[in-house]
Amino acid sequence: MTKDIENGAPAVPLLDRSDERVKHAAGFGGAIRSFLDRVQSGDLGSLPVIVGLVIIWTVFQSLNPIFLSSNNLVNLLFDCSTVGVIALGIVCILMVGEIDLSVGSVSGFASAMVGVLWVNQGWPVWLAILAALAVGAAIGSLYAMLFNRFGMPSFVSTLAGLLAILGLQLYILGSTGSINLPYGSPVVNFGQTLVMPHAIAYALAAIAGIVTFITGFRTAARRKEAGLSSQSLGSLLLRAILITVVLELIVFYLNQDRGIPWMFGLFVGLVVTMNYLLTRTKWGRSMNAVGGNREAARRAGINVRLTYTSAFVMCSVLAAAGGILAASRLASASQQAGTGDVNLNAIAAAVIGGTSLFGGRGSAYSALLGIIVIQSIASGLTLLDLSSSLRYMITGAVLAIAVIVDSLARRSRVSHGRA
Amino acid sequence: MTDPSDGTSTSELVLSLRGISKNFGAVSALTDIDLDVHAGEVVALVGDNGAGKSTLVKVLAGVHQPSSGTIAFRGKEVTLPDPSAALKLGIATVFQDLALCENLDVVANIFLGKELNPLRLDEVSMEIKAWTLLNELSARIPSVREPVASLSGGQRQTVAIARSLLLDPKLILLDEPTAALGVAQTAEVLDLIERVRDRGLGVVMISHNMEDVRAVADRIVVLRLGRNNGIFYPDASNQDLVSAITGASNNSVSRRAGRRQAQREQGQETQP
Ligand SMILES: Nc1ncnc2c1ncn2[C@@H]1O[C@H](COP(=O)(O)OP(=O)(O)OP(=O)(O)O)[C@@H](O)[C@H]1O
Ligand SMILES: [Mg+2]
Repeated sequence: MTKDIENGAPAVPLLDRSDERVKHAAGFGGAIRSFLDRVQSGDLGSLPVIVGLVIIWTVFQSLNPIFLSSNNLVNLLFDCSTVGVIALGIVCILMVGEIDLSVGSVSGFASAMVGVLWVNQGWPVWLAILAALAVGAAIGSLYAMLFNRFGMPSFVSTLAGLLAILGLQLYILGSTGSINLPYGSPVVNFGQTLVMPHAIAYALAAIAGIVTFITGFRTAARRKEAGLSSQSLGSLLLRAILITVVLELIVFYLNQDRGIPWMFGLFVGLVVTMNYLLTRTKWGRSMNAVGGNREAARRAGINVRLTYTSAFVMCSVLAAAGGILAASRLASASQQAGTGDVNLNAIAAAVIGGTSLFGGRGSAYSALLGIIVIQSIASGLTLLDLSSSLRYMITGAVLAIAVIVDSLARRSRVSHGRA
Repeated sequence: MTDPSDGTSTSELVLSLRGISKNFGAVSALTDIDLDVHAGEVVALVGDNGAGKSTLVKVLAGVHQPSSGTIAFRGKEVTLPDPSAALKLGIATVFQDLALCENLDVVANIFLGKELNPLRLDEVSMEIKAWTLLNELSARIPSVREPVASLSGGQRQTVAIARSLLLDPKLILLDEPTAALGVAQTAEVLDLIERVRDRGLGVVMISHNMEDVRAVADRIVVLRLGRNNGIFYPDASNQDLVSAITGASNNSVSRRAGRRQAQREQGQETQP
């Protein structure tokens, strides 16, 4: 509070600064100090995953200099979009403290549906996609009903769903087992080649910075007017400029090769939207509340069942969407789609990214960060020509570390009073 | 003394319970409870541990459903199938176990379920309103942007009370609202109860502190082992109240008081 220049030296203390026991971060140094305090008390946010990412990238880059090339990174972005979208659904369900183990099967079934309806039955592609998403929503509603009505643990119902839906997928694909999607169709192009025109990518990066600044500035102005402490213009500007510069550099680097895949653009768009929904809407508040303390949420008048239903449906729909993206990426709908490590990668991504398994704590961005970690490991090992056996082991180890970090951070938060 | 509506008040009857019972399996937590609360009246609900006070409050808050009996709110018979039904009617509750979300900050807890501007939360207005409510209670809360987990018990209690005041309720149920509060904050809450009563709301307050009860209550309803056990007015003698609460004139409280009295008299006798 010593050098809060922007607020002048108010004669009347600010509404939220009247308690002199609290240290309030002022200026740049203060911001760093309060960040360190938060980290020490176990409020880690995205820090562990970013540290992990730096380590992983350093190791792979030193082993193979192609790893961080524009070309490889563009491929990485293509690859991480599909499972990333599924992981975004997992973030939703983990938010309320439940789990969906069937996202892999749902994604495989959705891709099979698109293949069968579009290629074999001749439906318009948009209708086939819509149908697959609708079936995803139906599956989510079913889980929600089992959970709300019969109190069936989501762990069990979705485990049953994993098997049943995999069966459905094999059934509708029939004896052929695999359907090729036509090359050159917009859907396959979207998954394989379409990238943003360079100018658009630069513009989007700039818009992100501008929007951050404008919303931050508006909030600060309103808070100041209302007699609350507010961020200084300088720090707002600094933050916006930092974001813009970093994003523009990333775009510049990727534009050296093909550029930013539209599919990745879609993924990031979904992440940003989900982040808004979770942090700035009443629905997001309910999700956090139900995950944090279900009974308290109920007593506050929140419709707890509806909240659970929305989480299950959101998760299954995003899983279906991820499956459709995977089909377009591979240009096929096959019996293998959605099997193997898809399920666990999606769940691991959300957890590695920092969404807590215990509910009530997480962020949409954890899906983005987590899937980049997982895909980096996969990509790096592929470049080194190492078999998938090693990939599974390393991803497993990273997941274990992430869960340990989550548990330790949780303990530390409890002892530091941060829930 | 057993007629629950002998409150002399002629003002509107906000709440009227008849024959409310609640069983948890084999345990009858409440049996045949009658209770009336008028507008502008503070009813204190007292009774020993396990007497069923909190259970009654939870029935009124829609948390538990009564096994039998009727609830009339402002003259109309109502059912309270869930907490949101009670909140919609204008029944606000501070629970004994507070029921806050530890992972959310103070503002989010106060506005939980009643957020301003659902599609684009109005955080600034919510924060201002939160500070206004908290200042009314002379709360000592360092920051409303910290998770509730970092607050002390009394601070949490203040947050829970602030939350109950948010929506201009018609009836406020306070389950041991001052149990964890400091001296100043307790006085503030008692003042607040009086202010709320003067605004014409009905208040039901549970407390084990007879001093607080006498200070603000217009009527004192005693529960014992899940049953009505008398209605008193603040001028009733301590002896009567205690025996209604504990169920006998020969009880540990009066034995203790008698012992001390005897000791004191003895002490006086031995003095020359
Ligand atoms: N959810 C429940 N399940 C089973 N029994 C319960 C439940 N809630 C309360 N009871 C029982 O009901 C009885 C009354 O409990 P209640 O919490 O209403 O007491 P109280 O008067 O609020 O006591 P205190 O002064 O200790 O808060 C107790 O015997 C308790 O064991
Ligand atoms: Mg109680």
